[in-house]
Amino acid sequence: MPASPSPETTRPDRGGGATGQLGRPPLVLVVPAALAAALLVVPLVTLVLATPWGSFVAQLGTRAVRDALRLTVLASLTTVVACLLLGTPLAWLLARVDFPGRSVLRAAVAVPLVLPPVVAGVALTTALGRSGVLGSLLRAATGVTIPYTTTAVVIAHTFVSMPFYVLAVEGALRASGERYDVVAATLGADRWTTFRRVTLPLALPGVLAGAVLAWARSLGEFGATITFAGNFPGTTQTMPSLIYQELQADPEVAKTLSMILLVVSLGVLAALRNRWLTAP
Amino acid sequence: MSPRRPRPRLLALAPVLALVLPLAGCGGSGDSGDGTGGRQITVLAAASLTGTFTDLAHRFEREHPGVQVKLAFDSSATLAQQAVGGAPADVLATADTTTMDSAKAALAAAPQDFATNTMVMVAPASNPAGLTGFEDIENPQVTYVACVPTAPCGKVAQALLQDNHVTTKPASLEVDVKSVLAKVTSDEADAGFVYRTDAVAARDRVVSFAVPHAQDEVTTYPIAPLTQSEDADLANAFVDLVLSDTGQQVLHDAGFAKP
Repeated sequence: MPASPSPETTRPDRGGGATGQLGRPPLVLVVPAALAAALLVVPLVTLVLATPWGSFVAQLGTRAVRDALRLTVLASLTTVVACLLLGTPLAWLLARVDFPGRSVLRAAVAVPLVLPPVVAGVALTTALGRSGVLGSLLRAATGVTIPYTTTAVVIAHTFVSMPFYVLAVEGALRASGERYDVVAATLGADRWTTFRRVTLPLALPGVLAGAVLAWARSLGEFGATITFAGNFPGTTQTMPSLIYQELQADPEVAKTLSMILLVVSLGVLAALRNRWLTAP
Repeated sequence: MSPRRPRPRLLALAPVLALVLPLAGCGGSGDSGDGTGGRQITVLAAASLTGTFTDLAHRFEREHPGVQVKLAFDSSATLAQQAVGGAPADVLATADTTTMDSAKAALAAAPQDFATNTMVMVAPASNPAGLTGFEDIENPQVTYVACVPTAPCGKVAQALLQDNHVTTKPASLEVDVKSVLAKVTSDEADAGFVYRTDAVAARDRVVSFAVPHAQDEVTTYPIAPLTQSEDADLANAFVDLVLSDTGQQVLHDAGFAKP
């Protein structure tokens, strides 16, 4: 490994080390940093202020909200499990196995990151819709159709969340290096044992980070879900869909629902704060 | 010490400028269109008016050289909210009177009704479920979609399903009528509830079935100029065009009825 390059190497007084000796933080960095922080924080603060808190608990108790919240939690957790089971092997393949077309596959895996979610929904429909390429085969063979089911919601969420997971885990696998795998192999471990006992434990922080990213992406998923899976209370209507719908009917209710989703997300982030919110 | 090199500092400034300059641009352009000297108006119209208003906008531009008509089609409820929220627009046309009423605060004049529409049931041209009439949606094997009840098209669909004592549930509640039609034309649903005009616009991609009691649930389309309009004359001229014989003919050809 190369020695970590340090931006302070040109400073003659580097030996002092204390931040104070580096001088005041330059305005050219402080001003954009403050702008960035304001952009991220101010809308959340105004959402908290705009929430009609009087009706918060009452809203939480309505059937539509409970259904949507239940479905959102269920879908996002199932998505994380799907990412763990399917995404981990894919990340391992991309990081450890040299095969033709690997760079093409890696690029393809990253595409959903930049795809507008609605386009993701259209793409899923062309593949798995009732008249889609695979969907029509499935329907002809078994009579089963995927759209309008909770399964469709999970598929849509997994499609958009998987890239976050795979890229995080692949990065972790590459960072931990192949040396330990090689050592395990020389000690007689086969590749599966090496993966299970050496590779995966070393990449665990990346797996956790990827899982949190995938979960967060799934929690807010809207475009692909409503396009591919549809929108019906109890089966396919997640919180973001319900919020969008209520925005048309009663913006006050929509604000309350947004607040509920925010509270849930913050709750999970707080539970993970030791791993996630504190700097390494 | 060697003299400080200025270049890295300038480079560091670049992202700041990249961020701030467009912001400054936004502040200035919000009040005067695109600033090229040409006049323009923005018309917010219900999704079901997409075809007719696009046609009318072209006619309007021909009648008023140098004028550009911008069109925004969306769910009526969304548009009404945008209008009240101060969206830079000149005219609002919604698919029912309720949503227009909700935008009352932003209206520069009393809304005028310019068309009516009724609901039909459509199936994909291939009619995969073999529908023969409205009553077939009672078959639980038939997958059908409608608008969310918060949109005017959903309100009408819900009322019609109730009037006809339909017990099966839609597979999905789409956010606007265009999405319902798209689900049907792409074979993703066996049937859907759309306006008569949508069925006319979809031509041979769908087959239509009459819905009993549809005449009891007629939607009326009102239009009004908005208070935030920068060019009230043009806004009123567009409203006049929609209400004129020409406008009414365009609407009639698309399947709308007179109010």
